[in-house]
Amino acid sequence: MNLVRNHVLISIDAGTIMAGARAVEKALVDEIGKQGLAGEIAVLETGSIGATGQGVVIVVYPEGLYYANVAPEDAHEIVEEHLLKGRPVKRLMMTEMPKQQVIRKGKTGLLKEQPRIVLKNSGVINPENIDEYIAAGGYEAIERAFTELKPAGVIKEVKDSGLVGRGGAAFTTGMKWDFASRAPGQPKYIICNADEGEPGTFKDRLILEGDPHKLIEGMMLAAYAFGGSKGFIYIRGEYALSIERLEKAIQQARDYGILGDNILESGFSFDLAVMKGAGAYVCGEETALIESLEGKRGHPRNKPPYPVTEGLWGKPTVVNNVETLANVPEIIRHGAAWYRGYGTEKCPGTKVYTIIGNVATPGLIEAEMGTTLRDIIYEYAGGIKAGKQFKGALVGGAAGAFLGPEMLDAQMDFVNLREYAAVLGSGAILVMDEHTDIVDMLQSVLHFFKHESCGHCVPCRLGTKELVEIIDQIADGKGKAGDIEKMVKISEVMRDTSFCPLGQSLNLPISSALKYFKDEVYGRVPAAV
Amino acid sequence: MDREAILKKFEPNLSNILYIMHDLQDNNPQRYLAKEDIEVCAEYLNVPYSYVHSVASFYTMFSLKPRGKNIIRLCESPPCHLMGARSLLDYLKTSLKVDVGGTTKDGVFTLETTSCLGACGVAPAMMLNDEMFGNLTAEKVDSILDQRRKEI
Repeated sequence: MNLVRNHVLISIDAGTIMAGARAVEKALVDEIGKQGLAGEIAVLETGSIGATGQGVVIVVYPEGLYYANVAPEDAHEIVEEHLLKGRPVKRLMMTEMPKQQVIRKGKTGLLKEQPRIVLKNSGVINPENIDEYIAAGGYEAIERAFTELKPAGVIKEVKDSGLVGRGGAAFTTGMKWDFASRAPGQPKYIICNADEGEPGTFKDRLILEGDPHKLIEGMMLAAYAFGGSKGFIYIRGEYALSIERLEKAIQQARDYGILGDNILESGFSFDLAVMKGAGAYVCGEETALIESLEGKRGHPRNKPPYPVTEGLWGKPTVVNNVETLANVPEIIRHGAAWYRGYGTEKCPGTKVYTIIGNVATPGLIEAEMGTTLRDIIYEYAGGIKAGKQFKGALVGGAAGAFLGPEMLDAQMDFVNLREYAAVLGSGAILVMDEHTDIVDMLQSVLHFFKHESCGHCVPCRLGTKELVEIIDQIADGKGKAGDIEKMVKISEVMRDTSFCPLGQSLNLPISSALKYFKDEVYGRVPAAV
Repeated sequence: MDREAILKKFEPNLSNILYIMHDLQDNNPQRYLAKEDIEVCAEYLNVPYSYVHSVASFYTMFSLKPRGKNIIRLCESPPCHLMGARSLLDYLKTSLKVDVGGTTKDGVFTLETTSCLGACGVAPAMMLNDEMFGNLTAEKVDSILDQRRKEI
């Protein structure tokens, strides 16, 4: 093997491709060749390093130096100055470094950093090369499962870890697998829900693009644990790069005998297929997703029966989110006790957030459960953009809650936020500065739901339409006394009577906007007589 | 590719219906599912015409009316909204002289809006066919569209 003295990692994800990453990569390789350094310096592709909106990002190792907003014209200077002469190109160096670690606060208040769990390999390894995943400890967990834990041991370990679903509903993962393992009927299926559509959320895309084998291993462990034999990854039609990388990764795993019949002589057989969606938010609901996989309109089903007993084609089916499954290999490798060392008593582990809106460095981060909103905004995302004041945040996507400044120090985890009548949901945090108009934002949220309501049940179909009509009037300054009360009432009826979580969740953005920004919203309609 | 060749790429299982419709639409020069597309799909999967039509009409990525050569899909979800998607939409409507869902007279662009594209870190964002563009401004949109016009 050739020893190289420098590795140049170039982040190839949907965001950087948009900024011209492929052209930069080509320019770098050409320039390295031209300067006669081809044998000494390797250019490698990797997934997202976590920063978005900073153009093409590259990292030069062993220095670990980040360059942002790199253009093809910069290749000459980087290669000649940095790689040949050892003088870093100051004008391109990244000023706000993305946090590649999980920040912990000790008792003394000092910051310390710990390795990531879900995003461990993202932006570090080449996602298109199975060998790099294996070198980083990949597929060790499935080996431990086969030789040491056996199916019951895997379920026990995941149960003990306290892992709950990261898609929004926060159901205990180990319990779900346990139910499926006891359910009669064969074959059994595992579905990965990668139909990421909650506004503000793109964590699953970056996990898929940055470390597809981790998802494959997570799905294998799940299927092995509850007796599944076939898996599907239902992915948004818009996520072209994720689909491409997953298909490549599945093929590599098959070639290595990691997917297929009698895997590693264990007697366990398992294979995977990618299914491409076609644009429907409601398909993120697990039974609607199953309908769509079966080739139907994506209408949610009646529950019960739940998918664990009667799911895809009427067979026992586990549906897990991408992030949930991406936690599993590390839990099995290191054990439940290790995992519980992260996060809070009731919600162990980490959460991957997408932090966006009016912040200095929007992007993808992984933080411990229980990290406060303040730390996420100020420690991870560099604070509010352009030195403005924090006004509020929409946490959990459109189906989430507006939070005001008094919530900055609330610990963020699934259980704790529920006590404040808020949700962590998908982990999207949309930060709004002092100039944001809350009525305008609420209007945007309600329009989103009207567009995405599938029309299956009356409360949601009519309710979303009514709500949009009212908020449009209020936003236009034509609101009437009693309009706000009517909105609340409609959303309460929808919460109590809608068929699926889509219609049920509109009450949260409305009631939370009124809780934290009451004066502002009421200021837009004439006072009740 | 003709329709027969597309169908042959897939097993005639109902669970392949979305894949088949994606492929038929991508290969239709008017970027939509024509009556003939739905007919061949229904026949191949052995389901009624009305069934395929109902599935096609459910998903936003499928269109049942002819569209332009290039499809602009501007995100209007809350994150893009916060970063100025609405003024961008107004700008696109005025400069292309179309409403949402409309196609320009020369047939080059169709303007659509979409829910979250997952490009919120570079909001406001849009897709032009399969390509994503972010950090949009009126000037940037102009140069993207001009570039596309030249390529035709």
